[in-house]
Amino acid sequence: MSSSDGPVASTGAQLSRWFREGDAGLITAVMIGIYVLFTIFAILSPSQGLGGIVATLQAVTFWTALYAMLVLALNLHWGYTGLFNIGVAGFMAVGVYTFAALTAPTTGSPPGLGLPLWVGIVGGMLVAALAGALIALPALRLRADYLAIVTVAFSEIVRLSLLSTSLQEFTLFSSIGFIPDLTLGSGSGQGINMPINPTIPVKSLFYTNPTNPANGEITGLGETVFSLFATIGVRETVVVSIGYTLLLLAFVALFYWLLRRIGNSPFGRVLKAIREDELVANSLGKDTRMFKIKVFMVGCALMGLGGILWETQKGFTDPTSTTFRPIQTFYIFIALIIGGAGSNTGSVFGGALFASLLFQGPLFVSRIFSKFIELGDAPSTFAGAVAPALSLNFAPAAAYTLKNIPSLRFVLVGLVLVVLMQNRPTGLLGHRKEVAASIDLSERDGRTGDAAGKPAADGGQMPDGVRSESDSASGGERDD
Amino acid sequence: MTDNDAPVDSAGDGGAESAVSAETASPGGAGDAASERSEAVDASLVVEDLSKSFGGINAVNEVSFTVERGSLTGLIGPNGAGKSTTFNLITGVHEPDSGRVTFEGSDLTGRRTNEIAQDGLVRTFQIARELEEMTVLENLMLAPRAQSGEKLVNAVTPGLRGRVREEERDIRERVWETLELFEIDHLAEEHAGNLSGGQRKLLELARALMLDPTMMLLDEPFAGVNPTLEEKLLDRIHELREEGLTFLLVEHDMDLIMENCEHVVVMHQGQLLAQGPPAEIRTNERVIDAYLGEDI
Repeated sequence: MSSSDGPVASTGAQLSRWFREGDAGLITAVMIGIYVLFTIFAILSPSQGLGGIVATLQAVTFWTALYAMLVLALNLHWGYTGLFNIGVAGFMAVGVYTFAALTAPTTGSPPGLGLPLWVGIVGGMLVAALAGALIALPALRLRADYLAIVTVAFSEIVRLSLLSTSLQEFTLFSSIGFIPDLTLGSGSGQGINMPINPTIPVKSLFYTNPTNPANGEITGLGETVFSLFATIGVRETVVVSIGYTLLLLAFVALFYWLLRRIGNSPFGRVLKAIREDELVANSLGKDTRMFKIKVFMVGCALMGLGGILWETQKGFTDPTSTTFRPIQTFYIFIALIIGGAGSNTGSVFGGALFASLLFQGPLFVSRIFSKFIELGDAPSTFAGAVAPALSLNFAPAAAYTLKNIPSLRFVLVGLVLVVLMQNRPTGLLGHRKEVAASIDLSERDGRTGDAAGKPAADGGQMPDGVRSESDSASGGERDD
Repeated sequence: MTDNDAPVDSAGDGGAESAVSAETASPGGAGDAASERSEAVDASLVVEDLSKSFGGINAVNEVSFTVERGSLTGLIGPNGAGKSTTFNLITGVHEPDSGRVTFEGSDLTGRRTNEIAQDGLVRTFQIARELEEMTVLENLMLAPRAQSGEKLVNAVTPGLRGRVREEERDIRERVWETLELFEIDHLAEEHAGNLSGGQRKLLELARALMLDPTMMLLDEPFAGVNPTLEEKLLDRIHELREEGLTFLLVEHDMDLIMENCEHVVVMHQGQLLAQGPPAEIRTNERVIDAYLGEDI
């Protein structure tokens, strides 16, 4: 992916090397592992045969892709530049609601501008980027902690404003005569409809009337694909979801490509220097403020796009959605920390592990248990669950635990974080430091770095205090 | 966080200041001397009546001196004399309360650190500030000015990236040459955080050189450096000076300054104590008084 500059032949060679030595192979292996696990889950849980398995794997991939996108966007801020943005949910909300305002039909309630899909997407990204600039301008002049405070406050202000009834429907330009009135709104608690959304292009492959499939015909392609999947018991809706999930995967690839490109360039080198020591970057003549503002805007635009792809596919949203809550920001942060801040592969990796094992996995475990073990009705309070256990009747406690698995996920997440911080504080792949340059720095006009002497080759010349651990880490770091 | 514990330094000054202020040089007199000198010599850097106080403590008080183009000028003084603060004022890390800094004829006062570096006035730090998680190669690749790939559009857009790569190849060649010059090419792919103290000093100097500066401010470049390496660094500095670079050097080691610098500026408790050729400084009574009983 990163090798797209090179000639085709070397691209192929690099791609195969990339696959063999690391990233693509690693991600594939992890995804296969997750698929195997969830296939077992699907078989064990009260499912509908092969169709159920396919639907399960689709759901896992769907959540993986969504998290991977957002984690990659956050990696640009936190992993690359060290900008502590804890308002991810707010920037997603700005993207989603801008999209909604631009694309919702003019006759809707609340009404929108009825513009095409792509205008909505581009507009959503632009406004999210502008919101980022607005936040960044004052906050980036201060220390890192202030950016964190400002961003988390921003995300809550956005969410609460959207919830406010005073913005449910409002008219712009009503007092200015020559500009036509423009009625928009957030819909507040009642939410907003988005009949035009990114699933439409996917649906239009299968249906002649994608906005309302029931009122139209199935296309030729749709017939073929649906009947093919029907033979293994997969429903139409699942097929459409698979189509949308593939679209999401394409976006993950796009995010990954963009970040790699940003990272492996002189621009990315300055970002890395800012993360390490901003005063040094400044003293070397880099206008770090401009770099920070630019990268903050790009990251926010990506978060806006991620939000749009995440939230609008249901065709409806309202401010109470979990997507816009601060907890979402922390989920994304946790996924980034698990994978390893600073590593793009780690970001995808963390997104996959979080979405599947920590987020979806416990629900399946709960379902499987309740299928095989009859525990009776779960008590409604903790006391009700614990009291019988004192007389050695553990069934109510177990039933209570299973019933509350969605909440217990937090305990699990906390546990994973504690174990990770103790054993691998940099995350699973955070120790791999990718070199920030558009070319291989160890090569020089024909002669390679090996000729100049690799650090691994002259361990004897290493200064005191070099830890063998970091030595081996840097020895294994050369990934294209 | 950003300043080299300047406020702490100055706190030391402030405590003793009231007691000794009567004995220290009259700042006005020193200032006049400096401006006289600036007319006489071909000045690269002119510092005039520079003052900075932190919460009522005068870290730097009406300091004036000039650095001749192509010279190796030493800036000495006991701990807490305000040397690092002076550096921070010259390089725009702190904004002076009053006074003026002129570099190659243009006024630097109030300008931002990065702009000053772009103008060719580059500094190193007292405690080497290498970029730990970046390799030695990356550290050096970072420095060159006006890299087109530092523009996001050029870095990302497919058609424009070819030129960036071309430019990077040229810089890479210069980086390797510089690494060889400083004899740290065997550490090229090592992370800067893994280098020894002396190697970090070499790295900092090499990195600063990649900017093609006209003048370098070196803040204790020999601190924590073994004698062999110190010799090597000094040789490098003398070579660069012969090529036309100007140096202002902060150093604690009096002998080293006396042997290598042709002009010495002495600071004490935020004020200018004396300036002149080493021989003169060596016999200056005020300097001897200031250093008496101090560990130099």
